[in-house]
Amino acid sequence: MNENISNLAISQIRNLLRKRELSSLELTKYYLNNIEQAKTLNAYSFVSEELAISQANEADKKMASAEVEDLCGIPFGIKDIFCTKGFPTQAASKILDGFIPDYESTVTENLFRSGAVMLGKTNMDEFAMGSSNETSHYGPSINPWSSELTKALVPGGSSGGSAAAVSADLCAASLGTDTGGSIRQPASFTGIVGLKPTYGRCSRYGIIAFASSLDQAGPMTKTVRDAAIVLKTISGHDPKDSTSAKINKPDFEADIGKSIKGKKIGIPHEYKTEEMPQEIQDLWDKGKNVLKSAGAELIDVSLPHTQYALPAYYVIAPAEASSNLARYDGVKYGYRAQISPGDNLIDLYEKTRSEGFGDEVKRRLLIGTFVLSTGFYDAYYIKAQQVRTLIKEDFENLYKEGIEALLTPTAPSSAFPIGKKDEMSPVEMYLNDIFTVPTNLAGLPAISLPAGLNKQGLPLGLQLIGRPWEEANILNLAHVMEDNLEFSQNPKKWWT
Amino acid sequence: MINCEREKVSIDREVVKKIAKLSRLKLTVDQTETTAKELSEVLVFVRKLERIDTSSVSPMTTVTPMESKERSDKISDGNYPDEILRNAPNVKEGFFSVPKVIE
Repeated sequence: MNENISNLAISQIRNLLRKRELSSLELTKYYLNNIEQAKTLNAYSFVSEELAISQANEADKKMASAEVEDLCGIPFGIKDIFCTKGFPTQAASKILDGFIPDYESTVTENLFRSGAVMLGKTNMDEFAMGSSNETSHYGPSINPWSSELTKALVPGGSSGGSAAAVSADLCAASLGTDTGGSIRQPASFTGIVGLKPTYGRCSRYGIIAFASSLDQAGPMTKTVRDAAIVLKTISGHDPKDSTSAKINKPDFEADIGKSIKGKKIGIPHEYKTEEMPQEIQDLWDKGKNVLKSAGAELIDVSLPHTQYALPAYYVIAPAEASSNLARYDGVKYGYRAQISPGDNLIDLYEKTRSEGFGDEVKRRLLIGTFVLSTGFYDAYYIKAQQVRTLIKEDFENLYKEGIEALLTPTAPSSAFPIGKKDEMSPVEMYLNDIFTVPTNLAGLPAISLPAGLNKQGLPLGLQLIGRPWEEANILNLAHVMEDNLEFSQNPKKWWT
Repeated sequence: MINCEREKVSIDREVVKKIAKLSRLKLTVDQTETTAKELSEVLVFVRKLERIDTSSVSPMTTVTPMESKERSDKISDGNYPDEILRNAPNVKEGFFSVPKVIE
């Protein structure tokens, strides 16, 4: 049944709901059934079936009124990093075992106020630290594109469950967060669209913090238009987050379909690394050709400090994390270790944190503590913040010269096998973020869209980076590419 | 100030023990050994930053230029201790309970 409602985009669902040809309840039950059948993928850490049904019923009642919001009745998967009032939220960490927030994140509040439905919480790397979803306390999520040939592949990370859920049609769309590529890299690995908005576009209130100066929430969707529709609803100024911007919010969907003739698109030559596989190079060329044929002007540009972005990121992000994660102490919420007679408060902290945090989180806390410690603070932390200034200036210089956006690959490879992480050193794993990290450091908006399949039949993504606050422009460019690249493949449903 | 400029980058067990203590993490002997190796590797990677002259560059303080926001100094939230305590692993008489701190 329901073959006709499989793999629908939000824009399609919106029309069907308004015409009353489909009900939100029917659609919600369809996804809940899909989730039930796709347990192997481990995309969801918690399914909120009762809530979903009641929200869907509410939405169906509202459909009769004239003023129906865009996302009314649209079912979502929500990354486990968003606090959802009354529902388990633990950023895939043991240390938050049993935590039920008593408040709602602003982004999910915006979503639900518009009538959207929550299907459940999606799997992720612990505290969003990882590029493969393998650091999750819930175990890894599996990429729906895995086949007999490829064996089990990672969906990318950290928003791996959110990506797998969209790709396998376990929701209409999902929410992710992106600190160094955590929306875009999994989007690339699973053949979906992922948008990281400008820093400050979405409120961070109620999102479990990793690195506060880099974290941004954003949509993970089946189409570019859907990303625009979701961004419209979740973004906006919030007095509860002092870094959320008081800035005019355009109708992100309105620009879609405009001509891109004469738009100046930069191709940064530093992104062409020596190790770049041919398939990524070919994909990048394909993307360039599409933009050129649509009338855009391609310009070779330089971002001279690109090679320093990853080292700067791996100082700044752990430094902020070591401070943000100091709150997990076994006293106020979550996991608490068993203590022995005679143990003092420090013992309680140390035992709780040692048992509650996974290896990758511990590694980053130690790096962060080291770079912030006396004697090393200037050499590492201040130095990295100076380099961050230079990286931002690289982009600003291009934008001043009239460049409107940049085109790059999203990730240096396609999805890799589960377990490969154990053969890689931490630094090798960090290289996954090589093309995505610079935009977080510079606070810029960037979108990943599926651009093709490689020889193994795995999706590969391309990234468009925009000027600050010009999400509408990269959405329009991405839409033109989407139209011409005609990526409409879905993974084979081997898991049912 | 910069006391690691010329030395070979490596973190030994003693440094790991010190930062583990600051991080309130307990590491086994094996973990200390592995951590020393892994952190040294990360630092080699990170020390690439030394190659750039940043003597005239200001460290970034905010990525999107904006005025510091002010709000009125009024209580706008609170007064629900029961809801807050509901998530605590150990509560006694309306308070968070921890092991004895003062002898």
